Amino acid sequence: MTTARQPVNALGLTRADYRGAPSTLCAGCGHDSVTSQIIAAAFELALPPQRVIRMSGIGCSSKSAAYFLGRSHGFNSLHGRMPAVTTGAHVANHTLLPLAVSGDGDTGSIGLGGFKHLLRRNVPMVYIIENNGVYGLTKGQFSATADEGARLKHAGVNELPPIDLCAEALIAGCGFVARSFAGDAKQVRELIKAAFAFHGTAVIDVISPCVTFNNHDDSTKSYAYGKAHEEPLHDLTFIPRYEELVEEFAPGEVRDVRLHGGPMIRLRRLATDHDPADRMAAIALLEHARAAGEFITGLIYLSEGRPTLAESLGLGATPLAELPADTLRPPPEALAAVNDEFR
Amino acid sequence: MNEFAITAATVNGSGSQTANNAIMRAIFRMGIPVNGKNLFPSNIQGEPTWFTIRVSAQGYSARPASVPILVAFNPRTAEADLAALPAGGACLYPGDGAWRPARNDVALYPLPVRELVATSGFEPRMRDYAANMVYVGALAALIGIELEALHGALVHHFTGKARPVALNFGVVQAAYERFMADFPAAPAASRFRLQRMAATTGQILIDGNTAAGLGAIFGGVSFLAWYPITPATSLADTLSAYLPRLRTGPAGHPTYAIVQAEDEIAALGMAVGAGWAGARAMTSTSGPGLSLMTEFAGLASFAEIPCVVWDVQRIGPSTGLPTRTAQGDLLAAYFLGHGDTRHVVLLPGTVAECFEFGWRAFDLAERLQTIVFVLSDLDLGMNLWSSDPLAYPTTPMDRGKVLSAAELERLGSFVRFADPEGDGIGARTLPGNPHPLAATLSRGTGHNERNVYSERPEDWKANMDRLRRKHATARRLVPQPVVEHDPAATVGLISFGSSDGAVREARDQLRAQGLPTSYMRVRALPLGEATCHFIAQHHACVVVEANHDGQLCDLLRMHCPAHAARLLSVAHSDGLPLTAEFVAESVQELA
Repeated sequence: MTTARQPVNALGLTRADYRGAPSTLCAGCGHDSVTSQIIAAAFELALPPQRVIRMSGIGCSSKSAAYFLGRSHGFNSLHGRMPAVTTGAHVANHTLLPLAVSGDGDTGSIGLGGFKHLLRRNVPMVYIIENNGVYGLTKGQFSATADEGARLKHAGVNELPPIDLCAEALIAGCGFVARSFAGDAKQVRELIKAAFAFHGTAVIDVISPCVTFNNHDDSTKSYAYGKAHEEPLHDLTFIPRYEELVEEFAPGEVRDVRLHGGPMIRLRRLATDHDPADRMAAIALLEHARAAGEFITGLIYLSEGRPTLAESLGLGATPLAELPADTLRPPPEALAAVNDEFR
Repeated sequence: MNEFAITAATVNGSGSQTANNAIMRAIFRMGIPVNGKNLFPSNIQGEPTWFTIRVSAQGYSARPASVPILVAFNPRTAEADLAALPAGGACLYPGDGAWRPARNDVALYPLPVRELVATSGFEPRMRDYAANMVYVGALAALIGIELEALHGALVHHFTGKARPVALNFGVVQAAYERFMADFPAAPAASRFRLQRMAATTGQILIDGNTAAGLGAIFGGVSFLAWYPITPATSLADTLSAYLPRLRTGPAGHPTYAIVQAEDEIAALGMAVGAGWAGARAMTSTSGPGLSLMTEFAGLASFAEIPCVVWDVQRIGPSTGLPTRTAQGDLLAAYFLGHGDTRHVVLLPGTVAECFEFGWRAFDLAERLQTIVFVLSDLDLGMNLWSSDPLAYPTTPMDRGKVLSAAELERLGSFVRFADPEGDGIGARTLPGNPHPLAATLSRGTGHNERNVYSERPEDWKANMDRLRRKHATARRLVPQPVVEHDPAATVGLISFGSSDGAVREARDQLRAQGLPTSYMRVRALPLGEATCHFIAQHHACVVVEANHDGQLCDLLRMHCPAHAARLLSVAHSDGLPLTAEFVAESVQELA
C-alpha cells in the first residue's frame, strides 16, 4: 500500500517547507495571494530556505513576512527603513538572497528616500511592493500611490496625484521593474521567479486590493477594477535553464530575455510589443498608461549591466560576517607602525 | 619654563593649521608635553579662528584660563585679542599691515610679513601659507623652539615631500633670523622659554577621532555606514584612510566595507542590518544625527542587535554650534528611544581610551547583543593631545553567544530569548546558518521568548524583565570608574569624558589651596555599585561636566538616591572646554 506523497522539489522539500505562520490579514486580502505566490515561486525554484532572508518594514504588507518561508531568517524592521537594513545585511553577507515585502506607505511615503537610494546602490534583492493605495492598520488613510480623485469612506477625496513607484524605480536606475496584479497569480509567480534570478534590485509593484478599506468598484486598487482593466504587456514565463525550452513559437511572437548565469524570461507577445530593454520606452509606457488611465502589467524594464553594491565595494567571496578574528584584527606590529606615525 | 600657552589668531582656510601643527609637533619632539585646541568657525574660509597651544611640563591639558602669547594675524579680531592678553604678555603681529597695537604693558613684536613672503619663493596664491610660517619662525626665536625640531615637524606634516618642506622651512628660517636681528634681546628677556625635556619619550600626538577610528579597526570593524557631520566626520575619515592599508585580505579584497548613507537614519539602519547579519558594524555621528537615529536605537535594543554608535558631541540643542564642544548628549544617548529604553554608553576621557573603547565597544555589543554608544566630543575628538601610545587590545575578540549549525544539532532546539544562564542574554543564530532550527524573524514588535509576535501581557513583562537582567549584566561588564582616593579628602570630585583634564588640574590647585579632594571619573553607563560607594565615602561630591543642566549629576542622583543630597553640580556649557580655574573656584564656592 502506498501513501499519497507531497510533491518535492530538487532539494527534496515540499511546498509546506516554504510556508510560514498562518496569516492574520483580513480574509481575501491581496497580500495573502502574493504570499501564496512567494511560497510557490520559492518552492518551484528550489531555493534553499537558509540562504533567503525575508525583510520587511511596517504595515499590513510587512506583517506578511511572517507568513512565508518560515525556515528563512528574517527581519521585520522599521516603517520605511527596510531598504537600509537590507543594505547592511547584504554588505555583511552578500551570499544571502534578500526577499523583501513592503507596502505603498512603507515604500512610497515614509520610505521613498531610502527606496531610491537602495536602487541607486543596486542591492541585489527581490523587492515586492504590495500596493493598495491605502493605510490599512491605521484604518483607511490615503497613501502616496492613491489615485487623484479617489474616494475613501473616512478620508474623503484624494486631491493629490499619485507617486508611480515603477516610474520612481526607473528613474533611480533600477534594472528590473515590473508591475503586476494580485489577482493574476501566474504572472506574480513568474515575475518573482525571474526577480530571484536577476543580478541587482528587482522591483515588483503588485496592485494588491485592500478588501476592507479600498475595494469598492470605483477604486483602481480593487479586485473588480483590476480584473476588468488589467492589460498584461505579455504572457510571461520564467525558464530556469535554457534547455527546458519546449514550446515553439512563430518568429516575432516571443521575445526571450537571457539573465545573468543562464536563466531566461520568455515574453509572449499580446496586444503591444513593448521592448523591456528600452528604458525610454519603459518610461513612455508608464506615462502613457497614466494619462490613459490604463492598468498595464508585466515586465516593464530589464537591464543587467550595473554592478551590485557588494561588487562596487570590491568584496571577496567570503562574507564579511564570516571572516575570522585573525583577519579582522591587524597584528601588534601594525599598531606599532601606526604609533610611530604620530611621534 | 615650559608652563605657558600661545594663541594664534588667524583666518580660517589660510593654512594656519599647518603652522600650528608644526609648532606643536616641534615642541612635542623637544620632549615637552603639549596640547592644542582649535577654536574654529562653522565656515569654510575667511572667518576668525584661534588655535591655542598649551605647553605644560606638568602635563596639564585643559584649556588655559589665560594665554600670555598672542599671534595677532587676523586684523578683524586683533583689537579684541590684544585686549585679552594679560599684562606681561607678548604680541607678535604683521608690522607692515594696517593694524597697530596700542598697549604698553605687553611686549610688541612687529614682523616684516610682506617682505618675508615676497622673498619666500611661494607662488602668489600660496602666500597666505607663507605668511603663517613667518610667525612660526618668529615664535621659534622668541620662545626657543629648536629649528631642527621644526624641520622634522614639517617633514612629518608634508610626509617627506621635499619641495613644500624646503619652501616652508625657508620662511621659518628667514623669519627666525630676522627676529633675532630685529629683537636681539627679546629671547633672553622672555618670561616664556622652552627647555628640552624627556617627558614625551615614547608618546604620541593624536586627536581622539583618529584614535577612535584606529580603535575600531583593531576591534575588527567590518562595516561602517555614516553620514557627514561636524565634528564626527574625521572619525569616519580615519577608517577610510587606514582600512585599505590595515585590512586588505590575503586575496586583495577588503575585509571591511564603508557606505556613505543618505542620512543618519539609514546610517544606523544599515549598521543594524549588518550587525544582525554578523558583521562588526558601526556608525559615527553627532547630536543632530543621534536624534535621527532614535527609532533604530530602540529597535537595536529591543530586537537585540549588536552595533556601535560613536557620538562626537557638539553643543546643542538643535543645530547649535557645530564647531563648539559640549557633553550634552549623555541623557539623550542613555535613554535614546521611546518606552523603557536604556543603553550601554561608554565615556572615553582620553585619546588612549578613544582607542581602547573603539575596540572594546564591539566586544560589549556582541556579548550583550545590543547597541553600544560611545560618547566623545569635539574637544577630545578634533584636538591634538599628547598621549601614551595606543595599546594593543588585551583580550581576544568576544563574538558573544552565537550558535553554529553543529551546536544547534547538539542542542536539538533553539529558543532565541531563553535565559539559561540568568544574565539576560539568549544565544543568537546568524542568517545563513544552514541548520533547519536556526531561522528566526527578528522584530521590533512584542515577542515571546521564541521571538514570535505576542500581545500577551505576561510575555511583554517577562521580556522587559529579562532586558533589565541584561542591563544588570552590562553594569558588570562595562569599564569601571577610575578612582583616585586622597585619604585626607572629605570632598570628592566626579566627572567624565574630556572634562578630566580640567578636573585633574583643579585638584592640584585645590590641594595647594588646602582643599584635598578624591576623584572618580565615570567611564560608562549603566552606573555600577562603585559609584554609590565613592559618593558614600565623602561628605560631599561635586559633579563636574560640560553641559548646562548637570546630566551626570542627575543620573547619579537617580542611581544613588540614598546619597543624592551629597551630590552638588558644577555644570557649565558655553561651547568651550572647561578650565581648571573655573572648576577650582566652583568647588571652593560649594565645598
